[in-house]
Amino acid sequence: MLAASHATLTVHVLLFASYADILGVESVDVTMPAPATVGAVVAHLRALPGGNQLPPKPLCARNLAHAGVDDAVADGDELAVLPPLAGG
Amino acid sequence: MGFITDQPLELAALARSVMAPERGGVTSFLGLVRNHQGGRAVLRLEYSAYGPMAEAECARIVDEAQSRWIVAVALQHRVGALEVGDAAVAVVAASAHRDDAFAACRYVIEEVKRRVPVWKREYYADGTVAWVDPTANLQHA
Repeated sequence: MLAASHATLTVHVLLFASYADILGVESVDVTMPAPATVGAVVAHLRALPGGNQLPPKPLCARNLAHAGVDDAVADGDELAVLPPLAGG
Repeated sequence: MGFITDQPLELAALARSVMAPERGGVTSFLGLVRNHQGGRAVLRLEYSAYGPMAEAECARIVDEAQSRWIVAVALQHRVGALEVGDAAVAVVAASAHRDDAFAACRYVIEEVKRRVPVWKREYYADGTVAWVDPTANLQHA
């Protein structure tokens, strides 16, 4: 995989609702060592100011589909961190 | 027609979109804005969505229902500012017979609540505002 041959990868992170309030932003680009998982990106976010209010294993979506914390992320992915869903 | 809309939901129009001569059973579910939540009086609320994923997830749910039962499904979820009594979500399932229509309609609304990235911010009569977290109050899930 291309990302594995690079030293780092960059993921475009989207934050919504209460999580956007916590971190004070609706999106942030996260660059980290490759390879990386969804959980590793979340850990990076939790180290940002206010980020410790995020749960360690929030609901996440990678490229518009639900993803688990152990799923791999690739350079250029969109990773959304989703507060508890409240539709319907 | 998208699954996510900021316009008022029209149940009759949704039903017409799936009604057909071979489908003799039509069921629907309409979810309305309630005037109370966890014992507090709700004045109004705002729904927001992760639009592109909400559209994709709704499409997946409808596809699943239409694969599992012989049924045609219409689904819409509203976003934006809603008042008490406004329809927030509408599901219609049309089939040859009622069993498939009821089953598919139930499946779709349950999966929407479980999987579609939509959030609601409630404005209470006491002046406070909060993001709703259904997982914090399981009796209302």
